[in-house]
Amino acid sequence: MRPMLSWFQITFRWRMLMTATLLVGSGWIAVSKDPFSSMTAGRIPSPRQGFSAPGFTLEELEGEVVSLSDLRGQVVVINFWASWCPPCREEMPALERVYREMRSEGVELLAVNTTYQDSLTEARSFVERYDLTFPILVDAEGEAARRYQLRALPSTFFVDADGVIRKVVIGGPMSEATIRTAVAELLDERR
Amino acid sequence: MLPILQIGPLAIQLPGLLLLAGVWLGTNAVDRQAARLDLPIPTLQKLVLLALAAGVVGARLGYAARYLDVYLEDPTGLISLQPAALSPSAGLLTGIIAGWIFGQRKQLPFWRTMDALSPGLAVFSVFLGISHMASGDAFGSPTSVPWAINLWGELRHPSQVYETLAAGLVLIAILHAGRMSTGTGATFLVWVALASFSRLFLEAFRGDSLLLPGGIRIAQVVALVVLVAAEAMAHRQAAASSRNSSEATPM
Repeated sequence: MRPMLSWFQITFRWRMLMTATLLVGSGWIAVSKDPFSSMTAGRIPSPRQGFSAPGFTLEELEGEVVSLSDLRGQVVVINFWASWCPPCREEMPALERVYREMRSEGVELLAVNTTYQDSLTEARSFVERYDLTFPILVDAEGEAARRYQLRALPSTFFVDADGVIRKVVIGGPMSEATIRTAVAELLDERR
Repeated sequence: MLPILQIGPLAIQLPGLLLLAGVWLGTNAVDRQAARLDLPIPTLQKLVLLALAAGVVGARLGYAARYLDVYLEDPTGLISLQPAALSPSAGLLTGIIAGWIFGQRKQLPFWRTMDALSPGLAVFSVFLGISHMASGDAFGSPTSVPWAINLWGELRHPSQVYETLAAGLVLIAILHAGRMSTGTGATFLVWVALASFSRLFLEAFRGDSLLLPGGIRIAQVVALVVLVAAEAMAHRQAAASSRNSSEATPM
């Protein structure tokens, strides 16, 4: 007994089904075309791949003010961290190495310290211990963290030259290769 | 949406956990169907495990191949536990190839084996949908239907719910078909047809489709091709099995 296949034995029925499938299927594809041919394409700010990176303006440890929107045209890596977070400690040296090497090619790295759940003194000594040269931003009120719906530390967002988030890595530590390939991909695109 | 489940100090990445649950329950479903079809259960378990392992390794190697110089300089990056550095297509391909080679070596009958794997695939698809609910991936296009959900700053189709419901219906159909299965490949072909049909239909409500020029959604084109191919295979299998049964009729 082959109850499910026997229906298909009659070639005429089968041909009718194939034709119907092709007609209805192609029809549906045509009807459901994306009218804007853009999908989300970075029109709405949201902390998510394919969306425009939510903006923020924060003070650096050194006191200078940095706005994400000023960095258009550069590839930007946004890394949220805290001094008490072990995987953050793990990945900092790798971030530093990639930054030193690729900065001149048009990469900026913003290490946002989640100061509202950290202490400035701890953060400072952390930066000194690891000899970090990229800008350390102070998120004292947790506003940037809120905008990026921060749920885990570290969280890293790779933003392309148009300000669109292209890759999100939640948790860590990231390997140096992961960071390097993500940045290289966005740099290649810009050329 | 609940991407991370916080239990005391433990942060559990829920989407990944759901996928694991899908693999686990899917494998159980394969075991049951294998017993029904008189296939060696340990061999099928090895097949699933091997295909999964090969898939993960292949996905990482496929990703590394794109950035060979980086990984040659820092080979430890190959074993980092970073799901972001995986190439899904390379993983799928190596998984299928590894499973295929293993099946050939163990001389597993192709269609009977595929029939045994089908309930597992159907179970996993349900969990894939639930995992999308947890992560918010595979999200819907903006809409004003009354059941729209607010996601990523806009009212959208709850495409993850559609996906899960459809996968549930497919699962019911496959469990039903599996009971009648005789190992001719019918269960598998029903699964392929239903799964591709549901993708063809539901992709229309997605807000993250890859597009061809003109706004045509690539996934729909692929799904239609797969659906038609499944129908063609069903015809072929039906013809083959009718030939076999007439030959097998006692004199």
